[in-house]
Amino acid sequence: MRVSRSIALVTGLGMTIAAGVTTLAVANEFPSKDVQYVIPFGPGGESDISARLQQKYFEEITGQQLVVQYMPGGGGAVGWSQLSDMPSDGYTIMGSNLPHIILKPMGKDVGFQTEDLNNVFYFHYSPDAILVRNDSPYETLDDLIQAAEEAPGTVTFSGSGTYSANDVANTRFQQLADVTTTYIPFKGTGAAVTALLGGQVQAEWGYTTVAANHQDKVRMLAVAAEERHPMFPEVPTFKELGYDMVGGAYRGMAVPDATPEGVQQELSDIFQQINQDPGFRQEMQDLGFVLMDVPLGEMDEFMAERRDMYEASARELGLID
Amino acid sequence: MELLSYALGALSPVNLGLALLGVASGIVIGALPGLSATMAVAVLVPVTFGMAPESALIMLGAIYTGAIYGGSYSAILVNTPGTPSAIATTFDGFPMAKRGDGDLAVTLSTLASVAGGLVGVLALLTLAPLLAQVALSFGPVEYFWLAIFGLTLISALSEGSTLKGFMGAGFGLLLSTIGVAVVGGDIRYTFGSQVLLGGIETVSALIGLYCIPVLIDLVATPEAHLKVDEERRGIRLREGLGHAWLGKLNLLRSASIGTVVAILPGAGGSIASLVSYSEARRAARDASSFGKGNPQGVLATEAANNATVGGGFIPTLVLGIPGTPPDAVILGALLVQGFRTGPELFTTNASITYTFVAGLFLATCLLLPLGLLIGRYAFKSIITIPKALLVPTIAFMTVIGTYAIRNSVSDVLIMLTLGVVGWLLNRYGFRPSPIVLGLILGPIAEQGFVQGFLMGRASGAIVTTFFGGPISLTIIALSVLSVFYPLLKERRARRRGHDNGSSHQEASP
Repeated sequence: MRVSRSIALVTGLGMTIAAGVTTLAVANEFPSKDVQYVIPFGPGGESDISARLQQKYFEEITGQQLVVQYMPGGGGAVGWSQLSDMPSDGYTIMGSNLPHIILKPMGKDVGFQTEDLNNVFYFHYSPDAILVRNDSPYETLDDLIQAAEEAPGTVTFSGSGTYSANDVANTRFQQLADVTTTYIPFKGTGAAVTALLGGQVQAEWGYTTVAANHQDKVRMLAVAAEERHPMFPEVPTFKELGYDMVGGAYRGMAVPDATPEGVQQELSDIFQQINQDPGFRQEMQDLGFVLMDVPLGEMDEFMAERRDMYEASARELGLID
Repeated sequence: MELLSYALGALSPVNLGLALLGVASGIVIGALPGLSATMAVAVLVPVTFGMAPESALIMLGAIYTGAIYGGSYSAILVNTPGTPSAIATTFDGFPMAKRGDGDLAVTLSTLASVAGGLVGVLALLTLAPLLAQVALSFGPVEYFWLAIFGLTLISALSEGSTLKGFMGAGFGLLLSTIGVAVVGGDIRYTFGSQVLLGGIETVSALIGLYCIPVLIDLVATPEAHLKVDEERRGIRLREGLGHAWLGKLNLLRSASIGTVVAILPGAGGSIASLVSYSEARRAARDASSFGKGNPQGVLATEAANNATVGGGFIPTLVLGIPGTPPDAVILGALLVQGFRTGPELFTTNASITYTFVAGLFLATCLLLPLGLLIGRYAFKSIITIPKALLVPTIAFMTVIGTYAIRNSVSDVLIMLTLGVVGWLLNRYGFRPSPIVLGLILGPIAEQGFVQGFLMGRASGAIVTTFFGGPISLTIIALSVLSVFYPLLKERRARRRGHDNGSSHQEASP
């Protein structure tokens, strides 16, 4: 069993030639075989963990397996730049992440354009949050802002990557609160939280998911969600505090452009159905995620709205003029 | 006591069977170049969802332990480290195999892996919360200095010219900058090509730089791949135990170094075995025989890299910070199973934690019989398969394995190119190890430096940021020592030779 699976993985995408033959499959019979789910990051991250949770429910609903594969590199660029060459029969889907797919191609060639990705469904996001250690002198967001006002640039934030969700959040926060902080990019959320726990930085730009994982050692000052997260009823949202910040790392999935409309809708429906399952909702909430439904029909509107926001931040970051 | 009951639970026939299966398949996967421990674990994760949680955990630990150990086969028999932590195994393992002692090297690697693995698991069980604090005391600046220290090991590790060693490392550092930079997000040295966008993946570089030159040499020369002694066959366990007994201090030291260094997320695994190798060499009387097939070299690195299994889980389980990619996958699986990291590790979560640790322990013990058995077959098949069949088989494996790392054709192209470059450089006395070391340590040094610089600027004290901490100063001192030690040793040896009046060949001025 295991060996045959590993062989399947090895032969991988490039060898799903057979997939091309079955493009004639009628939409309402979809899916009639396993669906390859390509995560454009390495294993163990939040994209991976949520895919792993979806697997079980996907099988329950469709009777087919959702096979997770990884194609990491270039912060997702390696995977996304190859999506358009993949089989467009709906049996190959790829994780899609905001703000990555909008910010990455901005002002430079990373092998794909935002438009190349045909987003089918967006299922959840990890709201941005400011994390400090339990013993931090900053009790509220105001304490932190005050410290940043008194000595501009001395409050240090760790975060994951440059031009990433964390970087964008910090830029927007600096604008809204009219303060200057120092953002220090790390390779991934794990390294960023290590720096916070080790006292290398005063605060971290993270997510509710990070706080859920390290509950005993960190607390959040504010969360960039519409409502308070059920796991952290005592933590205010930025909106409550007067800062118009709602966002984070959004996750969904995309298919190659030529995928038939009916199949796209079918996929959108399946993932929406997974999102409704009470068991799934509880598991995701316990990990700190916030579920949402952006089905195929509402995708364009959602993307346009997010794009406007990221463009403003990108201008501030100097990524575009 | 509590642990005992979980350990007994782990010993149920079903779980024992799963552990056997896990270790065996882990060894096979780990032994094939390019099929890594990460992949073995990742493939298994969905399978474990259908199992009882204990069985799932035991199987994941078993396959991981097996795969890390299995990496030593390809290092010894075809000079190709399956993972960065097996690099140093090639130094003495492959020369041993060349001269006909491949079977002994495999046995030694088995014994050392079991010893190292047990030390690592023991540390995980008893000292985890304490040792996890070590991981937190390492900030960007400490990582920067650690990477510099790793680079200075080149002077100790490179056979022949130290200058060429440093040049190779410089080349490796340059290679490491290719692709999208983590800090800054710039795209560097891709020359507009999509092939290079993802950077140079470490394992595909390992396969290219180590394995391809061996294949080219096999085709270019009429000699057999490994020398075969017709008389001495079998697992040579008695002989292996003899070496292990002689090197018991070496084993213990290497396993301890492996455990402690592996606690540092990101850098640990690959540096641990290099540090213990160079320490073993430094402590040895016959230092000059290291790198030419000294059994103690194999013992040192294999003890260290299997100790990293337990050591790496310390930050993973206590802090939720995975030390290595396979750790990250296993942590993901644990989260899905309802496990939460933190202080509940040994209280609320005790059943999951103890079962997992007991599973690792069980898997490490199973390495002994399974490793000796499978190792014997691996050795036999490598020496009996005719060269005309061996070369294409390995070549095929390298291509498939490289592709499988991240489903990328680009990686295959990069691997093949680096292979040819590596072969050419080898002819001019440049060894692959410094290049790979540069490639691995480059990003750690770069990120640590930039992050440290930003931190220093924010606090207005860049110099004290870099030279202030006690850990930084210790690592700096070690680096200086590491660079000058060979010179000092040589001078001392010369002086001693002078005093005794027995110096036959005084170096001419």
